Amino acid sequence: MDKRLERILPRVQKPARYVGGEYHAVMKDKDEVDTRIAFCFPDTYEIGMSNLGMRILYGVMNEMPGVWCERVFAPWGDMEEEMRKAGMPLFALESGEPITNHDIVAFSVGYEMAFPAILNMLDLANIPLHSAERTELTPLVIAGGTAMYNAEPVADFIDIVSLGEGEDITVELVELHRQARREGWSKHEFLCKAAQLDGLYVPSLYEVTYHEDGTVKEIVPHDGAPKTVTKRIVRDMDKSYFPVKTIVPSTEIVQDRVMLELFRGCIRGCRFCQAGYVYRPVRNRSRDLCAQYGMDSCNDSGYQEMTLSSLSTSDYPELTALCDDLEDFCADRHVNLSLPSLRADNFSMNLMQRLAKGRKSGLTFAPEAGTQRLRDVINKNVTLDDLLTSCKTAFAGGYNAVKLYFMLGLPTETDEDVLGIADVAARVMHAWRESAANKNRGVRITVSTSYFVPKPHTAFQWEPQISREEYERRVKLLREAMTTKTVTYNWHDGETSFIEAVLARGDRRLGKVLETAWRMGSKLDAWEEYFSLQRWMDAFAECGIDPHFYANRVREKDEIMPWSMISSGVTESYLWRERERAYESVTTPDCRTHCNGCGANRLVGGKCDV
Amino acid sequence: MSKLRLLFVKEAQASYISHLDLLRTFQRAFPRTELEIKHSQGYHPHPIISIVLPLPVGQSSECELLDFEVTQETDGRGIAEKLNEGMPAGLRVLSCYEAKRPVKELAYLQAALELEYDNGVPEGALAQIQALFSREEIVIQKRTKRKDLADVDIAPMIREVKWAEEEGKICAQVTVLAQNPGLNPQLLGKAIERYLPMCQPDFIRVRRQRLLDANGEDFR
Repeated sequence: MDKRLERILPRVQKPARYVGGEYHAVMKDKDEVDTRIAFCFPDTYEIGMSNLGMRILYGVMNEMPGVWCERVFAPWGDMEEEMRKAGMPLFALESGEPITNHDIVAFSVGYEMAFPAILNMLDLANIPLHSAERTELTPLVIAGGTAMYNAEPVADFIDIVSLGEGEDITVELVELHRQARREGWSKHEFLCKAAQLDGLYVPSLYEVTYHEDGTVKEIVPHDGAPKTVTKRIVRDMDKSYFPVKTIVPSTEIVQDRVMLELFRGCIRGCRFCQAGYVYRPVRNRSRDLCAQYGMDSCNDSGYQEMTLSSLSTSDYPELTALCDDLEDFCADRHVNLSLPSLRADNFSMNLMQRLAKGRKSGLTFAPEAGTQRLRDVINKNVTLDDLLTSCKTAFAGGYNAVKLYFMLGLPTETDEDVLGIADVAARVMHAWRESAANKNRGVRITVSTSYFVPKPHTAFQWEPQISREEYERRVKLLREAMTTKTVTYNWHDGETSFIEAVLARGDRRLGKVLETAWRMGSKLDAWEEYFSLQRWMDAFAECGIDPHFYANRVREKDEIMPWSMISSGVTESYLWRERERAYESVTTPDCRTHCNGCGANRLVGGKCDV
Repeated sequence: MSKLRLLFVKEAQASYISHLDLLRTFQRAFPRTELEIKHSQGYHPHPIISIVLPLPVGQSSECELLDFEVTQETDGRGIAEKLNEGMPAGLRVLSCYEAKRPVKELAYLQAALELEYDNGVPEGALAQIQALFSREEIVIQKRTKRKDLADVDIAPMIREVKWAEEEGKICAQVTVLAQNPGLNPQLLGKAIERYLPMCQPDFIRVRRQRLLDANGEDFR
């Protein structure tokens, strides 16, 4: 072990996250590999190791002969301080070596608030921040993940953006880079060739000009780069890589269990939900394979908890049958099955009993909005009756805690909708009184509201975020309406969501804001401990940029979006149609009921597997 | 039903695995052995496994003990090999056997200390340290469970300590009380810090080597 590290570790919190060596961490002989990849997650170990995409691509890359993919996470503040003091560059967990000279430095970016951590990690690794400053083929800095559907705020720092699911394109990209190094291509030559691969977006090959009012005038690709880059997907989930033998951390992480992915995509079409649009189309993994992977994963890892994961697990066509398939195994091995999210309209006690044997704690539902009108606007096709029926079933079955998630600031929201949330909570409380199995145990109802952030590639990408003052007024309104004693109300602080709204729909001019904010101290801004609104406002002021232009402005139909060179497969005309339907409070049926023609079916050759 | 004991090594990266994380790591390794860990009765059953003498984070050890109960009848043969197939780097099971001796017979632990001096061992440090540890009373400040500082005399908890100087460091072989109360060998450094600030090392490395009973024999 590095002597400097040995000296540092006794002084930092949770040192186990900085040493590697976990079961199934991939060790290779560095003299026998020709491609070293530093796979970076711009957040802490506990968060990054909980990311299934990271585990899949780690497995995929390490299966490539001659390639060694290692993990790198952002150090917590105390560790960063110690590393900088000791002059210790950012290192990879497997080899313990600095990543400064790795061939490829790849970031998995799932959320906008992780942007500053990308810059901080590059800096800690002694890698020049700007793509233009890195004139050699190595280290090549690439990025993927959901936040990269609008990569413009980080366009100055990233050489190549990989769009969509990385199982295939990552391999193609690594091979192309290997060829480039072997044949001595210039970086520019390599980038031009990479831009020809489907799913790769090379920001430096696009020139963006702006109108005087600040909106985008034109996006011009050059050197043969395509006008539109469409995301890549895995067509057949039964043939896609699943990380059965995956790293088992020796310290507790957020998702400390087997994550069994049942399907990708979502049939629902909630209009605010970026994941719901960008992961289309729905592709199911067959039940037999799911069961096999689940059992093999538990056997290999020794985990006694498994979560059936996907965007909306209860929509898996054979969920009950799958649970039956796993029942004996789980009973023998004392494995608990869990579901990440529930829909109030297809909740079944039968299923819940299968899942939580013995322990019954809380259930979580996300009605998202307080009135039927607004739920129709956002196309959350769940009714109050659905919710109350589900709650009654759960209370009668012995559950005594319910969490309800809502958003404030959705398009067209009125005070009536806000107060509707308190009404929903009161009715859930009433449902408990009517149907609780054991009233002596009491009930806990938790209502949480978040501050709506309009996201690119959704039907609400044209919408303004409501102002922070207005958001706080609505929180206060709701707080005062929550009179039921057993209801706890939690609300998000609006500051982070405001910056998130700026970055989510930002353009390239935010690159300098990001850099300025980072120089002023931004790093792990997804964490309350490190976030400072004032710092961001100072950075905007220093760069002469108005954040409200990005967060709170209504976009016109014909405005060119900064991310319009990127396609998730869903057409912009479909998104606009959905926006119009939202304003008419007209719902759109789920994909299983009938195809609504979003365009994503073209990615699988015409017909989706709903 | 059998009560078993594991003897294992915890070193290198694994030295940084905390006590609770170590229990979790073993819990996940057991299903591979086809043994079924016995669970406590009650509403929230938990597996019956315990570390005999938890090792402070950052120290290494070649003599850790873990007790556990399984529902099957077994003398533990073959278990170590199976467990080792799925251990993180730095954890290695040396043997598994029936736990016969009660933990209360564990009296002392022997550890090796390395006191590193980046700018060389200060002149006369060895002699001063030897003199310090031959005193009748060595009082250091220690955090109590209630988080405040208390004076503790560690001299009676040190059964034997031998000091020697090597290049750039002073090494010690120390035998201390293991429990009721036990002494963390790292705290010898605290004493040096307090009484001999000029001889304070830049880093102290601790490695647990043997567990002993009251007669100075290996406790297994």
